[in-house]
Amino acid sequence: MNKFSGKGVYGAIAIGKISVFKRQEVSVHKTHVTDVEHEKNRVNSAKELARNQLQEIYNKAKKEVGETNAQIFEIHMMMIDDDDYNESIISIIETQLVNAEYAVAKTSEIFVQKFSSMEDSYMQARAADIKDISNRIIQNLDTSNARSSENDEKVIICADDMAPSETVLLDKEKVLAFVTAGGSINSHTAILARNMNIPAIIGVGADFLSVIKDGDSAIVDGYTGDFIISPDEKTESDYLEKQSYDRSRKELLHTLKGKDNVTIDGKKINVFANIGSTDDIGPVLANDAGGIGLFRSEFIYLESNDYPTEDEQFTAYKKALVSMAGKKVIIRTLDIGADKKAKYFDLPHEENPALGFRAIRICLSRPEIFKTQLRALLRASAYGNLGIMFPMITSVSELERVLVICDAVKAELKEKGIKYNENTELGIMIETPAAAVISDKLAPLVDFFSVGTNDLTQYTLACDRQNPSVEQYCDNHHEAILRLIETSSQNAHANGAWIGICGELAADTTLTERFLRMGIDELSVSPSYILKIREKVRSIDLSK
Amino acid sequence: MITKTVTVSNEQGLHMRPAGALAKVVKEYPDCEVILNVNDKSVNAKSPMQIMAACIKKGSYVKITCNGAEEEMVLDKIVAMFEDGFGE
Repeated sequence: MNKFSGKGVYGAIAIGKISVFKRQEVSVHKTHVTDVEHEKNRVNSAKELARNQLQEIYNKAKKEVGETNAQIFEIHMMMIDDDDYNESIISIIETQLVNAEYAVAKTSEIFVQKFSSMEDSYMQARAADIKDISNRIIQNLDTSNARSSENDEKVIICADDMAPSETVLLDKEKVLAFVTAGGSINSHTAILARNMNIPAIIGVGADFLSVIKDGDSAIVDGYTGDFIISPDEKTESDYLEKQSYDRSRKELLHTLKGKDNVTIDGKKINVFANIGSTDDIGPVLANDAGGIGLFRSEFIYLESNDYPTEDEQFTAYKKALVSMAGKKVIIRTLDIGADKKAKYFDLPHEENPALGFRAIRICLSRPEIFKTQLRALLRASAYGNLGIMFPMITSVSELERVLVICDAVKAELKEKGIKYNENTELGIMIETPAAAVISDKLAPLVDFFSVGTNDLTQYTLACDRQNPSVEQYCDNHHEAILRLIETSSQNAHANGAWIGICGELAADTTLTERFLRMGIDELSVSPSYILKIREKVRSIDLSK
Repeated sequence: MITKTVTVSNEQGLHMRPAGALAKVVKEYPDCEVILNVNDKSVNAKSPMQIMAACIKKGSYVKITCNGAEEEMVLDKIVAMFEDGFGE
C-alpha cells in the first residue's frame, strides 16, 4: 500500500483501477521537403480538422460545464487562426524547406518561450494553451493516428498534468476519477473537474507516477486529497463504506432541493450562504440557498493593489445582487486588520491583531474609505434585496456614528438624484461579548443581528483562534457562548429585529435544534452545507 | 490614416478573452490595417497572440491607428470596445 496526498477538487470517493494517461505526443522529426505547397496544404487541412475538433469540444464543454468555462476553447480556435502564429509556420516551411510537423513544433516552441518568459503569471500560463493547440495540429498531421480507447471498464486516470481540452474529452462514462502530479485549484482543469462532478486530486507531485502502472487498484478521496495505491483489504472496505455513505447522502440531499426549511411542526427559517467573492455565487445557486447571509467584502480590497474605487465595488456588489435575483444578499463592510491586511492600508504591525485596529475601527477613523464603500453598496441596492452589515461593533455610540455616516451618504445620493433602495436593511455582527451583553441597547437601532461565532468564541473564552496550544480551550459549545446567543436573540425579537448566525457554528447540526428553540431566524453556512441543514431542520419537532 | 488614444479600463487588462474579441472584430475588416501602440511596442491587432504578448494592463494608454478601407468605422468600433471595458 502506498499513500500520496494532493488537493481534492471535488468531494467524492472513487475506488477502481488505474489507467496511466498516455498523451499522444507524436515525436517530431525534421525532414527536408521539396514540395513546399504540399506541406502548406497539409498544415491547412490539419488546422481545418483542429477547428472542427475544437468546435466539438466547445459544444461538449458548453453543455457540461457552461459557457464561461467553455470559452477557452473558442479562444483556442482563434489562436489557431492567429496571423502571427501562421506566418511563422509558413515561413519556416518556405525558408528552411522542412516538413509541416517540424514547422508547427518549432513555432510552438518560439511562442511558448515568449509567453513563459513573461513576468505575469497569467501570461506564463498561456504557454500551456499554445502547446495544447500546437500538439493538436501536429497530431492531426499524422492521419494514421486515430484516437483509440481500449476497454470499457471505468478507470482512475493518472497523469502528470492535463490540458483543459484533454479533461473535457475524457469520456465521462469511463472515468472514475483523475489524479495529476501538477495543477492548481484554479486551473481550468480543476474547475472543469468540479463542474463535471468527477472526484479529482491535483498537485500530488511527480513521485507517484513512478510507482503506478495500468491496472493497479487505487482509492481516490476527493474530500481529503488522499490517493491510496494498492490498498490493503481493511482500507478498501473502510473506503467502500465511506463511499456508499457518501452516495446515499448525496442522493438524499438531492431530493431536498427546492424544499422549504421547515420543522415538522411548521416553523420556517432561512438557510443562507456565506461567500467570499462573486465567484462563489454558482455554488450558492446550485445548492438552493435562500439568499446570501454573509458576503465578505474583503476580497475586493485584498485582491487590489490600491483602494478599490467606488465603481469597482459597485460592479461587484451589483453582480451579486443581480445574480441572486431578488433574494436577500447581506454584504459585510470592510473587515480587515493586521492579520488580514492589504498593503496600501499601511497598517502597522500589531502584537495582537484580533484585539487591534480593525474592521469598523478602521472605517470610523478613516471615513473616506468607509463612505466610498457605503456609496457603492447603496447604489447597488437599487438592483436587488440588499442588507448591509457592520462588523466588530462593541458599543452604542460606535453604532450611532456608523449610522450617522450612513445617513450622510444617503442624503448625498438623494441630492444628486442617484437611485438607491431606501429600505435597505442595516444590521450588525454580534461577535464581541460586549455587543451580545448590550444587545438590548443595540437592537432598537438596527434591522438585524448576525452572530459571528468564531470571533465570539475567541473573544469570550480568551483563546486565540490561530494558536494551536490553546485549541482545547476554544470550545464553541461552551455554555457562555450559547447564553450570549440566546440573550441576543431575545433582545433582537423584543425590538422587532431578526437574528441569524453566520459563523462556523451555524453549520453544526448538533446545535440546530437548540438554535431553533432560541428563536434564531436564519442560519448562514458554506454553500455545501445548505442542504444538510435543511435536512436537519426538517427532522426537528419543536412541539415535543 | 486616423488615430486615437484610449485607456484600458477593464480590471484584468487585455487578457485572453478581450484580446480574442478585439482580434475578431479587426479581422472582419481585412482591408484596414490596425496597429496598437503601447509601452513602446507596436502590435498588429489582428493577432490575439501579439495583443496578449504585449501584456496590456489596466490603466495603460493604447494608441490605436487605423489605415485603410472603412478606417473610421473600425476605429469607432474598437474605441467603443475599450470604453465598455470589453464587457467586463
